[in-house]
Amino acid sequence: MDKSSEPRKYKNSFLNWIEFRLPIISYIEKEYRDYPMPKNCNYFWSFGALATILLVVLIVSGVFLAMHYTPHTEMAFDSVERIMRDVNYGWLLRYMHSNGAAFFFIVVYIHMIRGMYYGSYKYPRELNWILGVFIFLLMMATSFLGYTLPWGQMSYWGATVITNLFSAIPVIGDGLKTWLLGDYTVGNATLNRFYALHYVLPFVILGVVGLHVVAVHVHGSNNPAGIDIKSKVGTVNFFPYMIIKDTLAVCVFGVIISAVIFFGPNLMAEVDNYIPADPLVTPSHIVANWYLAPFYAILRAIPDKLGGVVLMFGAILILFVLPWLDTAKTRSCNFRPIYKWFMMLFFVNFFILGYVGMKPAEGTYLLIARIGLVYYFGFLLVLTPFIGKIEKPSPIPASISDIFDDTNLSKQANQEEVD
Amino acid sequence: MRFVLLIFFFLFPNFNLLAESSSNEMPKHQWSFDGFTGTFDRASIQRGYKVYREVCSGCHSMKLLYYRDLIDIGFSKEEVKAIAGEYTVIDGPNDEGEMFERPARPSDRFVSPFTNVQEARISNNGSYPPDLSVITKAKKHGADYIYNLLLGYKDPPEDFEIGEGMYYNEWKEGHQISMAQPLDEGYVDYDDGTDNTLPQLAEDVTTFLTWSAEPELEVRKNLGIKVILFFVIFGIFIYIAKQRLWRDID
Repeated sequence: MDKSSEPRKYKNSFLNWIEFRLPIISYIEKEYRDYPMPKNCNYFWSFGALATILLVVLIVSGVFLAMHYTPHTEMAFDSVERIMRDVNYGWLLRYMHSNGAAFFFIVVYIHMIRGMYYGSYKYPRELNWILGVFIFLLMMATSFLGYTLPWGQMSYWGATVITNLFSAIPVIGDGLKTWLLGDYTVGNATLNRFYALHYVLPFVILGVVGLHVVAVHVHGSNNPAGIDIKSKVGTVNFFPYMIIKDTLAVCVFGVIISAVIFFGPNLMAEVDNYIPADPLVTPSHIVANWYLAPFYAILRAIPDKLGGVVLMFGAILILFVLPWLDTAKTRSCNFRPIYKWFMMLFFVNFFILGYVGMKPAEGTYLLIARIGLVYYFGFLLVLTPFIGKIEKPSPIPASISDIFDDTNLSKQANQEEVD
Repeated sequence: MRFVLLIFFFLFPNFNLLAESSSNEMPKHQWSFDGFTGTFDRASIQRGYKVYREVCSGCHSMKLLYYRDLIDIGFSKEEVKAIAGEYTVIDGPNDEGEMFERPARPSDRFVSPFTNVQEARISNNGSYPPDLSVITKAKKHGADYIYNLLLGYKDPPEDFEIGEGMYYNEWKEGHQISMAQPLDEGYVDYDDGTDNTLPQLAEDVTTFLTWSAEPELEVRKNLGIKVILFFVIFGIFIYIAKQRLWRDID
């Protein structure tokens, strides 16, 4: 074979050999070294990286847990405890996995809030947002399935309550539920299939995350000003400028998650899940995972079972069409004086829904849940299209370098005042 | 926002729980295993094991523990062998196809007082004494709940109607418990001369139960300090590097 026919791009002959056959080296250089990041991005832009790292941590720890776990109703609880007691650093694997899942949701929620506040979902990144909501749906399914596996009281009764929702669907409901459970009640068949699905879904998530990342790299990252990149002047290379910020974010996040894993590993868990599943004893109140609680609150706010189910799924599915509900051209809420406050109220409202979702659905809690539900849908379906039409955005800088000139000027002005 | 709240919840872990207990707050006991550097008091665990063996184990199983685990709390291999030898387990089948009884070995699990749930219920007035292996993780307020429960037997208030075969306990949900007061002053004699008052017995057995629920606690906290230190120190270097890199950008 004539070697000279291979174009020489790199000094290293091995890299050349690879690059000629699979241009992955130049791809990595283009996407993870020279990729232009708007230089005004704040630390909210590090949560995507944090989420990716957490996903990898969850998959790796999960694979090791799977080596020791037994998916059988008689043995699942004991096998989890065996991991905690007899497997070398098994407690670390398990606490990383369970708390990692909770933090995955926290990080992804912040990532979504970032996307909503700065209008990252708008043209030309709509598909990116849709892929993201799809990832969120998959995460919810995966975490629910995973919560079943330790086969404690909350595992069993959580699975019973959630699968019961499907029986609310007219005509096919009961059949669908039986088909999902593999039995008429939650039992060994259910545990087995939940385990199989819990193992495979994270890899689906990983695949969609890949698409999500490729998609954002096509038109580049959004930025706090929500304006398009006009020239290279407004950007920095991904390596090393963004990498170093992401690494700093990982360090800060590492301190927080380690504090929970090592010093309060069960803070975010339900105590009842340390009692082995007992189909004859119902816990005093069955609570959802706290990170799914806002949707649980919506479910219980409706007296009708089918209505609750429809609204709960609707609350997530409506996010898919958010790019078309928002009629405003301006991306960033920084330049939307009215919408900004309704957006913040939406985040607070979501948090309140989560709080009442953890409480019994009665009295004041139920009332708050209903108000929260109205605002959730009212914001997305009425306020978002309406405010977009009437709002007059504040002046938007023409380019990213303008923002920096401005801030530099104001910095200098401050400096002079001090002097 | 969420972060702030999370840190808040972390700093005040009882906040959420306290809000739920409507009547009165669970008193907080000082434990040797509390805090970032807490460790188990070995002598207390050993005394607690004695309390479990002589009192609790009459009704409560601890199926997740092996006799060999007792080596971790300071018993020697010979002592563990001797302790295990006092119990009988059913093994088999042997070459003749018969099940047979033999003394327990350190590699055996703690022998349960009852062979099945039904036997446990019929011997306990219809109630099932829960397994105690992870009981402090399975109750809100954990060790504090167990400790206060053991001290919480009182005469019921005048207007309180107590069920047949039930006892009044201040800390049990609904204030009715089917377990008679299990411990009182002098129920167990300690070998090391520690006063066997009720609070002392309760504290020791709770320490033992906490160890059994979280045997990894000391290793966990120790490793945690190192991991957090790593992130802090590495983070400081990264911060300095980041400041230098970005200095010329603005």
